[in-house]
Amino acid sequence: MAAPTKTTTDEFIKGLWKDNPVFVQVLGMCPALAVSNTARNALAMGLATAFVLVMSNMVVSSLKSFIPKEVRIATYILVIATFVTLVDYVIQAISLDLYKALGAFISLIVVNCLILGRAEAFASKNTITRSTMDGLGMGVGFAFALFSIGAVREIFGAGSLFGVSLFHDAFQDWVVMILPSGGFFTLAGWLLLFNWIKQRKANKEKAAAFALTGEAAR
Amino acid sequence: MSEASTATPAPTSTWHMYRAMVGVGVCCGLLIVGVFQATRPVIERNKAEALRSAIFQVLPAATASTTFRLGESGGFAPVEGDAAGGAGERLVYAGYDDDQELVGLAVEAQGMGYQDVIRLIYGYSFSDEAIIGMQVLESKETPGLGDKIETDPSFLENFERLDVSLAQDQSSLVHPIVPVRHGNKTHPWEVDGITGATISSEAIANILNQSAQHWIPRIQSNLQDFRRGE
Repeated sequence: MAAPTKTTTDEFIKGLWKDNPVFVQVLGMCPALAVSNTARNALAMGLATAFVLVMSNMVVSSLKSFIPKEVRIATYILVIATFVTLVDYVIQAISLDLYKALGAFISLIVVNCLILGRAEAFASKNTITRSTMDGLGMGVGFAFALFSIGAVREIFGAGSLFGVSLFHDAFQDWVVMILPSGGFFTLAGWLLLFNWIKQRKANKEKAAAFALTGEAAR
Repeated sequence: MSEASTATPAPTSTWHMYRAMVGVGVCCGLLIVGVFQATRPVIERNKAEALRSAIFQVLPAATASTTFRLGESGGFAPVEGDAAGGAGERLVYAGYDDDQELVGLAVEAQGMGYQDVIRLIYGYSFSDEAIIGMQVLESKETPGLGDKIETDPSFLENFERLDVSLAQDQSSLVHPIVPVRHGNKTHPWEVDGITGATISSEAIANILNQSAQHWIPRIQSNLQDFRRGE
């Protein structure tokens, strides 16, 4: 039986939900926990990572026949580091405040295992279009995950979202949410929710399949 | 087992490996240099703009500023063009009002915080012999806690009038700037700390003390260098 062919749209969508890099694959945890203290920082970090992911996937995919397998990892890192350096300069040019907020974490995108993982596992074996869509899906999925964590932490930890105050002055900030432990709590909450949804869907499918086989047997 | 399945693939020639690594390296290098050159003027403009706005922030009465460098002889001389400032630079920024009268000086200082080096700028009013404003230029303090040194209104109130008057011999401060626990400030040379950001707020007080001990005596003894038309 021929394997079902995946369209480029499927490649994009899988990164958003089914194979979400943070909530499903649990990759790139360092920035996901460290820079997600506010929604703005989390979104900026997510978008910067998404840009590097798309560009590196595109370049790795287009050079796959040119790069011998013995030196592939070193070459991929070189490509990734280049795009991270470009992002670093561009963010400094766009906003020094944002650059101040993201600090050292921009440089650490180089060692984000998600990016090297997609280059090695996907881009080096697929066409440029598919690799670009995969990078885009994973990148947007990563940015979405970081934003989800950042928004929760900012709302409870600082009583605001994107710096806009949400609660009455009497609201007591949950300082723990801003601290690293708050990142773990929030991530755990989201993972719990994702797994619960996944499990519920699987149970429903199982029940539907069972009902179908029962009817067929009758 | 067939012969084909056990055969190892032919090793890649060294030339192909060098070609890939060097080729990709050169392209990446060119790309980085290109983007660096393209963004450098904007980045420098942003930094100069941030510094300029910080100078006027810490010297609210000033409408113009001139950069001065401390010479080897101990006197200050104006710097031509835009000086970048930063670590190791012996620069101060004199602020003037609309009548070209000297209203104060802005001084950059830096020191170790909780996470990394904190770089700040403060305004000094020679007539009040006090620090009249402080702004953090660069810090990586803990978000939500240590970074309150930039945002906490009651902490920033410390620097609306922080006493740095000089001793009789004009060589040091009468009272060094000292950090105190939150709510315990009783003297104008004390810095009221922040609960939950003790180390960062103490670091600010210590950076200011160290810098003021170095710069204020030199500034006070060379005030004529900064006055225009004299």
